[in-house]
Amino acid sequence: MEYEKIPAEKFRFVHENENLRDRELQTKARSYFADAMIRFRKNKSSVIATWILGLLILYAIVAPLISPYNIKDQDSIYINFPPYWRPIAELNIGILDGAKTLDSQNDSAMLALRAIGEETGFDPILKITGTHETEVKYKGQMVKRNTYDVVVNAYYQKGIIYRTFSLEEFEKVQRWQDETGIQVIYPYVETKDINNITGSPNIWYKVDSRGNPVADKDGNLTPAYSTNESKAGAEYTSLRIPSDPGNYIYSYGRSGSVQCRVCYYNYYRYVNRDKNNMEPTYLMGTNAVGQDIFCGIGVGARFSILFAIFVSAINLSIGAVYGAIQGYYGGAIDMTLDRISDILSGVPFVVVTTLFQLHLARRVGVVPSFLFAFVLTGWIGMAALTRKQFYRFKSQEFVMAARTLGASDWRLMFKHIFPNAIGTIITSCALVIPGVISSETSMTYLGIVNLSSFAGTTIGTLLSQGNKVVTSAPHAILFPSIFLGLLMICFNLFGNGLRDAFNPTTRGVDD
Amino acid sequence: MLKYTLQRTLYMILVFFIITFMCFVLIRMLPLPTLPPGDIHYDVIMMRREALGYNKPYIEQFAIFLRGLFTHFDWGLSEKLYTGQPVLDVFLMKLPPTMIVNLYSILWTIPIGIALGICAALKKNTWVDYSISTLTMVVISVPSFVYAFLVQYIFCFRLRWFPLILKGGTDWFSFEMFKSMIPAILSLSFGVIAGFCRTTRAELTEVLTSEFMLLARTKGLTRTQATVRHALRNCFVVIVPGIFGEFIGILGGSLIIESIFSIPGVGSLTLDAINSQDYNLFIMSTCFYTAIGLAAGLVVDISYGFIDPRIRMGSKK
Repeated sequence: MEYEKIPAEKFRFVHENENLRDRELQTKARSYFADAMIRFRKNKSSVIATWILGLLILYAIVAPLISPYNIKDQDSIYINFPPYWRPIAELNIGILDGAKTLDSQNDSAMLALRAIGEETGFDPILKITGTHETEVKYKGQMVKRNTYDVVVNAYYQKGIIYRTFSLEEFEKVQRWQDETGIQVIYPYVETKDINNITGSPNIWYKVDSRGNPVADKDGNLTPAYSTNESKAGAEYTSLRIPSDPGNYIYSYGRSGSVQCRVCYYNYYRYVNRDKNNMEPTYLMGTNAVGQDIFCGIGVGARFSILFAIFVSAINLSIGAVYGAIQGYYGGAIDMTLDRISDILSGVPFVVVTTLFQLHLARRVGVVPSFLFAFVLTGWIGMAALTRKQFYRFKSQEFVMAARTLGASDWRLMFKHIFPNAIGTIITSCALVIPGVISSETSMTYLGIVNLSSFAGTTIGTLLSQGNKVVTSAPHAILFPSIFLGLLMICFNLFGNGLRDAFNPTTRGVDD
Repeated sequence: MLKYTLQRTLYMILVFFIITFMCFVLIRMLPLPTLPPGDIHYDVIMMRREALGYNKPYIEQFAIFLRGLFTHFDWGLSEKLYTGQPVLDVFLMKLPPTMIVNLYSILWTIPIGIALGICAALKKNTWVDYSISTLTMVVISVPSFVYAFLVQYIFCFRLRWFPLILKGGTDWFSFEMFKSMIPAILSLSFGVIAGFCRTTRAELTEVLTSEFMLLARTKGLTRTQATVRHALRNCFVVIVPGIFGEFIGILGGSLIIESIFSIPGVGSLTLDAINSQDYNLFIMSTCFYTAIGLAAGLVVDISYGFIDPRIRMGSKK
């Protein structure tokens, strides 16, 4: 046993000449906020949602700026037109090509479509997706006819429209044509030459009595352009179409003005000559009033988000003060105030909004009265929350200490108790915002509140416009609903993540 | 318990009348709609307005309104939309479609929602739970009219399984009618499923970790027995009042879903009443929605007391 006899000199005192002190903490103090952020970052879905939310907000800020259109630009012809952008359309990959499906087109309808392309150079037919053989009764006999399902470019399919120009305008268009070499005005066709068919500006060929094109033996169409010089409204010196022998007239005289057949696609470029002769560029198509949806969603989202933040801020302040008073004083005051909020919360929101619109919209404007409607009942949840927090904290020692030192009620409430409750309150605000956006969208969707004149458009308005044409122009509701859906999901995930992160009871619980 | 119920009911009725009074005055303060010239009902409507006391103080008008209400449940006549018809009749006519659509919707969604919630809670922290919870979160965030659009576009337009809007007619229980209701039922369902799933999951996970569950296992019950007899029963204390609330809520329906699918229900009627300024109808639907909201709250509160013995015992003190 070598440890039995340890010589005394081998022993020495520990800490003999040292001062014993607590060691200073080496780790950095972590604040409540930093701690919450760390827990928030652990929640993957919330982090992703926050990023997407950031992108959506960025979209709302940037889209109206980079869109070539203003929300006030409303095209009268391109209404509910599908998404289209020439550079992408030319790649032929099936997106942004202005595609619209036409079902069951018969031979003459196909010929008419082809004729549009023949005249304007914009062939509307993108592809034929199906051919069906059907039997129809024709002159007492059953005849086999082909019908086609065809995808057309809606912008090209529009083809020619009638436009009435003043004489100066007519001159101006001609000058523009000369400068750019783009044909806007096409030779005029008199209705007497096309069997008195009216309202079909796209007809430039010989037709039968029903307006169907009549092809010759080779399948070619015979032009029916007017050469009647006496009917021409004004002198035309500009571009002529290649097949023109030189005597077609390009305008039809009306009193003091001329009527022309213009190719709308090129006319559109003429109208947008200040924007570098821009072609139609609708990344998400147009809606029922001819607005660019790409820009519209941005404008609507801007309004929605700002409005929601504003409403939440007001509700937060009112609710905090109200709840603080309720929770701090308790007793009869709490009871009375609770009855008031009970009554207010019982009024249905639709009714509140409607009454505020009917009573106040004309006096203070649509948006403020909408705001009041939100504020009237919106703070109640916040007040209840604050009240609960106050009940939790008001009997704790630090409050008693502060009171003993002579702090006033107001100081106790907002200097001592409120800061303890603020985390919970602020995070619940993050969940109030999507709620406000959702109700705001519902109300504008239903048309109870019409914000179009103030905000240009809103998501709700876009959705309700799109819903009316869900079968013919699904894009008009698709993009706004995707945007709204994403926005709501992200806001909720973000809010949930914040709430969990700031909730002290989940600290350290890793499940 | 009876005393508590009575107290709550009386209080609710009081709140209801205060709200009704406020809305009544606000609606009466609105400028009256001008009748179209040569309206055949002109004299009748004018006399009616006189009888309703349109030129008297609001409190007196309200008294007249209440007297009509209490003596023969008279809600007034519709002035514009259904000229001359009693508002009550119009309203009762519109009630069935709303109720039926909502009833169908909750009948199949509540069981599914609860089942999913139980499933998620029992498989807590597995991929089943994660996928159900995430899906619930996503589904609950998106407003119902976005689903309505999706359903309408995919099932009604693309696949052509159902008609785009509700079939006309009043044969509420025919198969054709049911088929045309399916899109609306579907659109309403997502939110309800997600809501019940979330509540059930939250409640059940909490109950499953409580100490009496440990006791139940210790005394020899199998996991299934313990879950069904103890955990589920406790978690239903929260879920059942929710179901009651949902059942009251079917009367109200959804304004948006009704307007999308052209359901001739209470919601569409309210919207039409607002747009055409038919104030008597508007007052009636205001009262109706208020009553439903309050009643749902009341039923939830009281049923807590009836279901949960702890609360019931507490109230006897």
